[in-house]
Amino acid sequence: MSVLIFIDHSEGKIKKTSLEAICYGAALAKQTGVPAEGILLGTVSEDLGSLGKYGIQKIHTVSQESLNQLDAEQYIRIISTVAGTCGATIIVLSHTNTGRAISPGLSVRLKAGLVTGATALPETSAGFLVKKNVFSGKAFCTVSIKTDTKIISLNPNVFPVKTGEGSAEIIAENIPVGPPVVTIKSVSKATGEILLTEAEIVVSGGRGMKGPENWGPIEELAKLLHAATACSRPVADAGWRPHNEHVGQTGIAIAPNLYIAIGISGAIQHLAGVNRSKVIVVINKDPEAPFFKSADYGIVGDAFEILPKLISAVKKLKGVA
Amino acid sequence: MKILVCISKTPDTTAKIAFTDNNRKFVTEGVQWILNPYDEWYALVRAIEIKEKDPSTALHLIMVGGADCDAVIRKALALGGDEAIRVNAEPRDSFYVASQIANVAKGAGYDLIFTGKETIDFNGASVGGMIAGLLELPFISLAARFDLSGNEATLIREIEGGEETVSVKLPLVIGCQKGMAEQRIPNMKGIMGARSKPLKVVEPVAAESFTEIVSFELPPVKKGVKLVPADNPEELVRLLHEEAKLI
Ligand SMILES: Cc1cc2nc3c(=O)[nH]c(=O)nc-3n(C[C@H](O)[C@H](O)[C@H](O)COP(=O)(O)OP(=O)(O)OC[C@H]3O[C@@H](n4cnc5c(N)ncnc54)[C@H](O)[C@@H]3O)c2cc1C
Ligand SMILES: Nc1ncnc2c1ncn2[C@@H]1O[C@H](COP(=O)(O)O)[C@@H](O)[C@H]1O
Repeated sequence: MSVLIFIDHSEGKIKKTSLEAICYGAALAKQTGVPAEGILLGTVSEDLGSLGKYGIQKIHTVSQESLNQLDAEQYIRIISTVAGTCGATIIVLSHTNTGRAISPGLSVRLKAGLVTGATALPETSAGFLVKKNVFSGKAFCTVSIKTDTKIISLNPNVFPVKTGEGSAEIIAENIPVGPPVVTIKSVSKATGEILLTEAEIVVSGGRGMKGPENWGPIEELAKLLHAATACSRPVADAGWRPHNEHVGQTGIAIAPNLYIAIGISGAIQHLAGVNRSKVIVVINKDPEAPFFKSADYGIVGDAFEILPKLISAVKKLKGVA
Repeated sequence: MKILVCISKTPDTTAKIAFTDNNRKFVTEGVQWILNPYDEWYALVRAIEIKEKDPSTALHLIMVGGADCDAVIRKALALGGDEAIRVNAEPRDSFYVASQIANVAKGAGYDLIFTGKETIDFNGASVGGMIAGLLELPFISLAARFDLSGNEATLIREIEGGEETVSVKLPLVIGCQKGMAEQRIPNMKGIMGARSKPLKVVEPVAAESFTEIVSFELPPVKKGVKLVPADNPEELVRLLHEEAKLI
């Protein structure tokens, strides 16, 4: 028996969400008294053995270049095979785009109950109870998994990455990789930017910013704080910002440690995507803006006057001229 | 071309979320039910566009649910589609729902099965991929664009920090999100026409459920906002640094 953790990577580096998944899986392994093992498909430039410091004992690898890009059919087949040989009773992955592509298929293939978007470690003293986010962040529910094998996909930024000691044994698996069913024709990816779903701090602008030409200060503030940028739906719909920045009920759901909302009213559909943020700061000129009800800190005032002062205060704090 | 669109109902996006019966049941009194936005705006509308381009397309909608779903199904039919199928069963969990849909689709010759990216109430993001798994079809999740040329589909799917253009042969299952199509409002003709479209009710097949909801809870309420004067954003920076310890 073991907990098997799917380790995802991009541009040769292990994703932060996967480090979270490893720590979660390792904690769950400890809780249930079984070893924690990982599975990594494709090639990375990092020293995999050192991932042992996150509490993982073994890592199964299939080092085929073609697996560096998402190939859901192959991923599902290979992970299922390895889960079988290492007797995994719990499989952990991240609830990311890759996780979304493969976890339902794994559930079918392994006849394993799946909980997506888990927000905490399962309760395993009686049964197997996993807490997940429902109603688009407006509530949580506890789901009981009834099958022998269980699959959990962990929400990003809910489980802390902790480093300890140890190194992992690398096991190169000899599993043939078939041709892809889905052909990837082109990839366009912003490199070097902080991913919205992984970001610890997010600076977000709404219609109160008046137009795309006014986003300079938001970008500057984000850069100073090592934050990602986001926006409300009308801002993306109007083409002021790219669609992948749209957060909310019909956009991306995020849970950063700090969400700074500037010129956003705080409509219920917007809140649905951001209300799991640990701390919310709202800057809005309308003291009645609903967002203040969900905020931890706020400034009532004109964003165009506040932002320059805020930026210079952050610069001072960070010691940047 | 034969298309199946999987639709589900969810509480209106402004519905009050509350629980009863020891936090075991969602309070449905006063809740307005709508089509899940991803299913309506993106999956269904994109399928309708395909049919508009090629009127010989058969477009079927499917929902797993009780008789209380019929009003929402008619609303979907008012947008478009030839007929709807309702599998007469309470959706017990994602695998159960996927099994019902896969059973209807099996051998029925659908070239495309459209689902939403996820339901906005359960946020499972599971049913589409499970249907694909059960029918052994490819699944493209988070699809933001779909084009068809003969037997080959070209899709744009969202990946972390970007997007990929992929191509795949039909049949396949697609999870739709923003970008696929534009929201539409049903017109009078559509609403009238929907009344006479067939809504077939079929009984469920025996299927397992892998999971079960045990209880719900609401997030902890916020303590209240700490306001900082507009002429002193330095104080906000100090609070975030010293009190919240986040920057
Ligand atoms: C089914 C459905 C799904 C939806 N999904 C989403 C979603 O996923 N995400 C989303 O964001 N929305 C979503 N919406 C839309 C949502 O209801 C709101 O319309 C939207 O969030 C409003 O965006 P906003 O706050 O940027 O704009 P507005 O509501 O126009 O608010 C602008 C705010 O800026 C403030 N402001 C103006 N000038 C200044 C200034 N100089 N300085 C400071 N503040 C200023 C104003 O006081 C106001 O509060 C959805 C709606 C529906 C019906
Ligand atoms: N009861 C249902 N009947 C038909 N389709 C459904 C049902 N529940 C979910 N779906 C489809 O599966 C998608 C994903 O749902 P979920 O896995 O619950 O997030 C939805 O967007 C629908 O397209």
